[in-house]
Amino acid sequence: MIEAKNRVKHEKKHIIGILVDDRPGVMAKLSGMFASRGFNIDTIIVGKTVQKGVSHIVISLVADNKTIEQLEKQVNKLVDVIKIIDLNPEHSVVREHCLIKVASDEKSREDIVNFTKLHKAKVLDINHASIIVEIVGSPEKVDSFIELMRKYGIKEFSRSGINALQRGKSDN
Amino acid sequence: MRGAKAIIETLLEEKVEHLFGFPGGSVMPLYDEFLNYKDELRHILVRHEQGAAHAADAYARVSGKAGVCLATSGPGATNLVTGIMTAYMDSVPMIAFAGNVPTSLLGNDAFQETDMIGVTMPITKHNFQIRSPNQITATIKKAFNIATNGRPGPVYIDLPKDIQTNEVTKEIKDINIRGFKPVLEGHPQQVKKAAEMILDADWPVVLAGGGILISMASPELKQFVELVNVPVTTTFMGKSCFPETHPLCLGVIGMHGRKVANYAIDNADLIIAIGCRFSDRITGDLDTFAKNAKIIHIDIDSAEISKNIPVHLPVVGDAKNILKQLLNVLTTKIKKGNTPWNEKMKKLIKECECNIDIRGSPIDPRKLMFELNKIMRDDDIFVTGTGQHQMFGAHFIKRNKPRTSISSGGAGTMGYGFPAAIGAKVAKPDSEVIDLDGDGSFAMVIQELATCKEENIKVIPVIMNNAYLGMVRQWYELFFDKRYSGVFLNRTPDFAKVAEAYSLKGIRVERDSEIGPALKEAYKHDETVVIDVIVKEEANILPMFPAGANNVDMFGGCVPEKGKLFPEAML
Repeated sequence: MIEAKNRVKHEKKHIIGILVDDRPGVMAKLSGMFASRGFNIDTIIVGKTVQKGVSHIVISLVADNKTIEQLEKQVNKLVDVIKIIDLNPEHSVVREHCLIKVASDEKSREDIVNFTKLHKAKVLDINHASIIVEIVGSPEKVDSFIELMRKYGIKEFSRSGINALQRGKSDN
Repeated sequence: MRGAKAIIETLLEEKVEHLFGFPGGSVMPLYDEFLNYKDELRHILVRHEQGAAHAADAYARVSGKAGVCLATSGPGATNLVTGIMTAYMDSVPMIAFAGNVPTSLLGNDAFQETDMIGVTMPITKHNFQIRSPNQITATIKKAFNIATNGRPGPVYIDLPKDIQTNEVTKEIKDINIRGFKPVLEGHPQQVKKAAEMILDADWPVVLAGGGILISMASPELKQFVELVNVPVTTTFMGKSCFPETHPLCLGVIGMHGRKVANYAIDNADLIIAIGCRFSDRITGDLDTFAKNAKIIHIDIDSAEISKNIPVHLPVVGDAKNILKQLLNVLTTKIKKGNTPWNEKMKKLIKECECNIDIRGSPIDPRKLMFELNKIMRDDDIFVTGTGQHQMFGAHFIKRNKPRTSISSGGAGTMGYGFPAAIGAKVAKPDSEVIDLDGDGSFAMVIQELATCKEENIKVIPVIMNNAYLGMVRQWYELFFDKRYSGVFLNRTPDFAKVAEAYSLKGIRVERDSEIGPALKEAYKHDETVVIDVIVKEEANILPMFPAGANNVDMFGGCVPEKGKLFPEAML
């Protein structure tokens, strides 16, 4: 009954920034908590920040508001977590990086290179059988570019996961 | 200064007087150093590391100070795990130390190496691995800060062997923790709103949890309850936070709680929940729980707000502070005097008197509770294992002073009772400590009799011996058509004789008339006395509601069914 009720709740994509102490095991603690409490994360990235000893983690997931509220509170409870930042697109810049290896031959090469230019993407590597393209942009732009390349045959791709930064203020 | 010495010096700075432990290869330097601190720091040698963890846990629950336990690496450390998890589930401040292989061997699968940081991650509030003697003092201080402040919990500290033997060269001084700032005061606006809701309510009930005990808020709670004139029910973890002989005390709520408490919650229009987390054993079916009530939830852990039950008004902060703030707002405004609601509740509480002298053979467990109620003084400490006996205790035993009822609530750890009793006695040596235990639970930790004997710690294990793993048997009877699988213990061993093997006194009680005298004798004796009480084999702890059921659909027990003592008119 309860589960049924939860399922009705509408879900949307959320992007959350987490400032943590830069110590070994912090990512393990975070991902362990996500796993044990059943939070399903779509992307997670981590890197250093302007502050020494502090790392920035960006996670994205699709969830309803109640789940997000619990997740943020549980994250906040971890001693290594310094701060949580709302990175939803309304007030943040959201980007993703993707490398795509597309099959190419004499016939298709020019098309692919043209599309790449149109999308302000870059060709990083080229040979007789394939092209590696780098694209940076909103996750939706990356999605649509991948969709476009499917016609030529995608051999493989690697996405960075969502990165984001709040607009304006920088009191973190 | 050698690392081992720095560890002990820091413990002394943190006012640690006792610790429970069991040695081994990787903590030998630390144990060696203990010999130099015999007067300041008492090490209690247990016979199994789980016992050390439970003893430290109960020491904390009784004293309010962090309990400390210690084990060697590998199997010693993993033997602490059940105890750490038990403390975690019940928010108990505990510092668990274990040795580890020298830092140069970490990650190499060296002899008796375990990744305890990984193992303890989901069952501690936080954990640390000290990788240099210079980190010792700061890390231990941080651990005590984290364990005891905010919502308390266990902190595990990993001590590689070389950091114990190497010298401290340049001590790290910074003990600031950026990510740890508990909110202590309630937001004044929320407090004001809570006061308004309380003034507006016709049928309010207080649901008091373990948080009251943790924040030592019992005096404020009593003041609040008497000012507002509101009936109080406690969770199992909150037992003893409010005097159970008070005319407004409904007793323990929940699956095996008192019917009057569950009915009060069901009929209330306002629930003032303080320091509790609405666990499934309290609420039963979440959809029907407190369906008529608005809920004010006071808790220090904001993650508990609306986790299980949606609440109407959260007040985040320390229970003691918030109760004080509430009292300040309410004192000038409240209309004193009795309402029809609390008159009704007081009458029900009286009629639901659960302390009944049931005579006959074989002994009814309720008779044992009756005799325990008779002998225990308010300052004595009542500890239990896990199972039927624990729920008999929750339901029937009356405790009046805070921190005198100690049990593993969230974890439901069998084998908790006896080592916990040892820890409780060390914390409060002037009180008698009764360990109401099960034959199953007690047998899991029976080796600690040696600890009692050799460390001269007197507790009174009273075994409610029904020859079964009683609670599991009860569920098989009720929900599995009496197909008993793996639950018959057949009263092996003879616990009184086992006590004698440890050069302690053991008394076997088979008649109801012998319970009182046996307890009296144990009280007079100056060493541990094991009382093995042979009770009815298939007695059930009732009333109860099945897991996930509506909490008013309780069956059995000493009170008439719904509609008799609890007329529909109450709704």
